[in-house]
Amino acid sequence: MSTRQHTATLPAWAFVPAALGAVFVLLPLVAMLSRVSWGDFWGLVTSESSRAAFALSMRTSVLSTLSCVVMGVPMALVLARTRFPGQGLLRSLVFLPLVLPPVVGGIALLYTFGRRGLLGESLEVLGLQIAFSTAAVVLAQTFVALPFLVISLEGALRTAGERYEVVAATLGARPSRVLFHVTLPLILPALGSGTVLAFARALGEFGATITFAGSLQGVTRTLPLEIYLQRESDPDAAVALSLVLVLVAVLVIGFSRRGRSML
Amino acid sequence: MSVRRLWAAIPLALLAPGLAACGIADQGDSPTLTVYAAASLRSTFEQLGEEFEEAHDGVEVALSFAGSSDLVAQVQQGADADVFASADTANMDKLVADDLVGEGPELFAANTMQIAVAPGNPAGITSLADLAGPSVKLVVCAPEVPCGAATIRLEGAAGLDLSPVSEEQSVTDVLNKVVTGEADAGLVYRTDVTVAGDTVEGIDFEESAGVVNDYPIATVAGSDAAGLARQFMDLVLGATGQRVLAEAGFARPRR
Repeated sequence: MSTRQHTATLPAWAFVPAALGAVFVLLPLVAMLSRVSWGDFWGLVTSESSRAAFALSMRTSVLSTLSCVVMGVPMALVLARTRFPGQGLLRSLVFLPLVLPPVVGGIALLYTFGRRGLLGESLEVLGLQIAFSTAAVVLAQTFVALPFLVISLEGALRTAGERYEVVAATLGARPSRVLFHVTLPLILPALGSGTVLAFARALGEFGATITFAGSLQGVTRTLPLEIYLQRESDPDAAVALSLVLVLVAVLVIGFSRRGRSML
Repeated sequence: MSVRRLWAAIPLALLAPGLAACGIADQGDSPTLTVYAAASLRSTFEQLGEEFEEAHDGVEVALSFAGSSDLVAQVQQGADADVFASADTANMDKLVADDLVGEGPELFAANTMQIAVAPGNPAGITSLADLAGPSVKLVVCAPEVPCGAATIRLEGAAGLDLSPVSEEQSVTDVLNKVVTGEADAGLVYRTDVTVAGDTVEGIDFEESAGVVNDYPIATVAGSDAAGLARQFMDLVLGATGQRVLAEAGFARPRR
């Protein structure tokens, strides 16, 4: 695909709103950069609380991305490759966290895994206390990030079609072999970008975490929560940490683009 | 027009039709008094706002509630507030330091802390010292917000070392953790327990008298409705305001 082909069919006026849109997205980033106090930037982002929040964010986001892959890939496969009654409804419900405000997700999780929640008492009997633990952060992040992975994979599976899988099956390959040798390699780029999306969403999770997990340094206070809290007392620190989060996001996008072009 | 201003104008030009449609650009005939008040003043100031509207024909009182430091930041960024009521003197001092205060500040109420527990007090908490127990799931405000700063002072005064399971962003978040039963106890303002009604129980403790939060009120410098702002301040400081505040559990200001 060359750029020239596009410009030939794209009306010239489309560039005006497109440019405005780009400015609208980029200008706030520029504005934030202009507010960073570079003199104490390093001190602010390496303070004890900042480092604790960064480490916790990375740890929890990696864990929740893993849970998303473990549950999300089979979910996408079932949704794209099987037919059963109520599938349409189930599909819509599974994607609900995409459109729900995260704080609503947090409330829902609270009434599920909280001490007095649906599963809370049974979990407590087993000696598991989710509330105010790092596990609660991972649950909140997984809840909001899972649909991102499922939706990108399901789309890719439908686009790829079943032809190669059918051929492999007629040649005698068992379902698991078809899955690992035909289906998954076909959707590998989508799996990559879906995983990156899920990671990014987990990293930015705020509403569900603050509602469901609480906020304690090193345990549940992730980077977005730390930024929100620092804003109360030290706006410079909040801006500096925001920039760190932007840099991580840029890195993640960069990796996903490189990964995709290599595949 | 400098390049910088031109750049600033682009998103505004883009957003203008949308904002106008939302009514933000709409300036009605009736004068509006915008009051910024700390979140803990919600129920009392809503009541006082209605009284003010009744007494002033055609005047509309627009109330905005948030954490005091949030509100200060908004006023510092040029928000169109006429009156500011803070939950602590530290945040009001920030406005004074920036020359953004017109008349005032004057103290209009005081608040002390109380222990909030779930109804029936399942963890059997009777004193501040009980909160330091190892099996008690205690939730407090983070030291960065006024109620957390008060909690730290309380700890110091009582010589206790509390280890909360969570340091929340606001009193509301603390209360919510107690109401839902996630936490056994929370340290909040007395008035928050009053507002929460039957969903939580308040437990008094003697050390609370040593840590009092003073609530100052002031008009914002450069207000378009300076006269009305002063009158609203007088309402809060006067007999009506003091009655409404006392009913909600606020103590009289320490003047």
